[in-house]
Amino acid sequence: MRIVANYKHYKELNEEIFQAVQAGVAELTLEDVNGQRFIADCLKGKLNIDIYGTPGNDLGMFMDGPTVTVFGNAQDGVGNTMSSGKIIIHGDGRDILGHSMRGGKIFVRGDVGYRVGIHMKTYKSNVPIIVAGGRAGDFLGEYMAGGIIIVLGIHNRAKKAEILGDWVATGQHGGAIYVRGDVDESKLGNGASQFRVTADDEITIKKVLKEYCQVFGLDLEGLLDAEFTKIAPLSHRPYAALYTCE
Amino acid sequence: MCSILGIVNENRKRLSAKYIVEGISLMNDRCNGLGGGFAAYGLYPEYKDYYALHILLKDFELKDQVAEMLKDYVNIYKDEEIETRNVERISQDYIPWRFFVDVPERYTSDADNYIIDLAMKINNTGGALVISSGKNMGVFKAIGYPDEVARLYKLENYKAYMWLAHGRYPTNTRGWWGGAHPFSILDYSIVHNGEITSYGTNKRFLESYGYKCSYFTDSEVLAYLWDLLVRRHKLPIELASEVLAPPFWEQIERMPPEKRRIIEALRMTYGPAMVNGPFGIVIANGSGLTGTAGNGTMVGLSDRIKLRPLICARKNGTTFMASEESAIKAVCKNPDNVWAPHAGKPTVAMVNGDV
Repeated sequence: MRIVANYKHYKELNEEIFQAVQAGVAELTLEDVNGQRFIADCLKGKLNIDIYGTPGNDLGMFMDGPTVTVFGNAQDGVGNTMSSGKIIIHGDGRDILGHSMRGGKIFVRGDVGYRVGIHMKTYKSNVPIIVAGGRAGDFLGEYMAGGIIIVLGIHNRAKKAEILGDWVATGQHGGAIYVRGDVDESKLGNGASQFRVTADDEITIKKVLKEYCQVFGLDLEGLLDAEFTKIAPLSHRPYAALYTCE
Repeated sequence: MCSILGIVNENRKRLSAKYIVEGISLMNDRCNGLGGGFAAYGLYPEYKDYYALHILLKDFELKDQVAEMLKDYVNIYKDEEIETRNVERISQDYIPWRFFVDVPERYTSDADNYIIDLAMKINNTGGALVISSGKNMGVFKAIGYPDEVARLYKLENYKAYMWLAHGRYPTNTRGWWGGAHPFSILDYSIVHNGEITSYGTNKRFLESYGYKCSYFTDSEVLAYLWDLLVRRHKLPIELASEVLAPPFWEQIERMPPEKRRIIEALRMTYGPAMVNGPFGIVIANGSGLTGTAGNGTMVGLSDRIKLRPLICARKNGTTFMASEESAIKAVCKNPDNVWAPHAGKPTVAMVNGDV
C-alpha cells in the first residue's frame, strides 16, 4: 500500500498507517515524507515500511518487529527505546539514534550524530545492534549498558581520528563498541577502555556485518580487511562511588 | 523545544517571505504559539543609509512620547506604523512602529554605539521596546505561531536576502511580544533554541559594558555578547564562537601550543561570556564582520556538547540552517549538500563569499 505523506501532520499520517496495519496491510510505502514525527512508533509484528523523504524525530520509537527502510536521511531519535525489528537508513542518522534501545537493529549507511546508542541495554536474548557506515559524533555509547555498536568509517578512514568524536562510551557499564581501525585513547570517556578483539568478537562482527553488507550491497571481505578495536567497560558500576554509600 | 531557521543568499538575491514562513511552519510542533518572529535583511533598500528602528508601543499615546525623545538624539527622516492585519489568535498587545533615523553629525564617528545607547534608553522608559535598530533590516515578532506572526505583519509584502525565523516554546519566562525571538541590536539578530543557565553571569558581564537587559529572557544576552565580541572587540567569528562555546580544559590540553595559548587567553579574558546550557543558535549580521568582505554573515552554532539540534544545507548560493532537516527540505527539496555541524564550531555563510 502506498501513502503520500506530503504536508500531512504526523497525527494524520500515523493514524492512516495504523489503520492500514489494523486492516492487515504488511507492505507500506510512504512517499514525500518530510518531518512527520513518530512514524512506525509502537508498531508490532512483521511489516515492511519503506520511507522516501526525511522522516521526523523519533522514527520507530518503541517499535517491536517491523522493518523500516529510509531512502534518505533521518532526524533525531531514531529507534528510541525500540524492542525489536530493523531500521535501515540509506543516508545519515542524527543525534541520539538508538537511544535506550532494547533490541533490534539499526543500520546506517552514512554518518551518525551525537550520543548514539546512549543507554542501550541487553535483556536476555535481546541484544540491540547499531552499525554506522561513516563516522559517529561525541558521546557514542554514553551510559551504554548492553548491546553492540559498530562504527566503520568507510568514507573517513583516511582521517582515522575523525571516525569517532570525543568522550566515547562515557559511563559505559555493559555492551561493546567495535571500531574499524585504531582508536586514540584520548577519545575514550571515563569508565571505558579499549581491548583487542577476541575470536568471539570477530565472529560477532562478521555475523552483523554480513547482514549489513547484504542490506547495502557492500563488500564484506573489504570491510573485514582491517583490524577492529573493541571498546568495553572497565567496571560494571563506574559510578558506584558517586551515587551510593557503601 | 523551539524551532529556528535561517536562510541567506550570498549574492544578495532578495527572497520573498514565503520560503522562511513555509520552512519554519513545518516545525510548529517544536513551539506552542507563545512567540514567533522574523528578522529580514535587505528590507529597506530605499532607506539603506538610515538606522531603521522597529519599536513596539504599548499604546498609541506613547508614539509621540517616543518621537519626542528620539528628536532629542537623532534626526527622524521618516516614521510610519508597521502595517498589520487582524489575526484571530493574536491579541494586539503592541503597536509596531518604524522610524528611519540618522545620527547628528557630531556623533557620527561613534554612531553605532550611539544608537545602542539610545535603544537601551527607550527600552528602559517602559512601554516602548526597540526590537531592532540596524540599517536595511528589521525584526517582526509577536505572540503566536510563526505563520500567524507572518500573517499579522503582512510579511508577504517584504523581500530580503537573509531571513531568520523562530517559533517559541517558552520554558522559564512568560510568553510576551518582547520575549519572542529574534533578539536584535544594530545589525545583529539572533534566534535561539535552548536555555542559558549562565544568564545571570552573562548579564552582569554585559552590564559592565553598558548593555541593559530588558526582555526578561535568557536569549537576549546572546545578541549583546555577539555585538560585544564581534563588533566592539573585533574577534573573528571562529574565536567569538570559542568564547560562547569553549572547548573543555581536557581538549585544550591536547591542542597545539599556539592554539592552546589563544584559547586559554580567551577563557581567561571572557570567562563570564561563556554560555552555559543547551543552545542551537543562528546569528545574522547585515553589515559585515572583522576579516570578511564587509557584506554580512549568517552563523550557526550549537553548544559544545550538542544538546540542541542544528542542520545546515546549501543550494546554488543559498545556505540554510535549521533545527530540523525537514524544515530545509520544505523549501529546498534537493539541496546540493546537507550536513550536521560539529558541536561548538561555527558554520559561517558569507554574503558575497563562500561558506
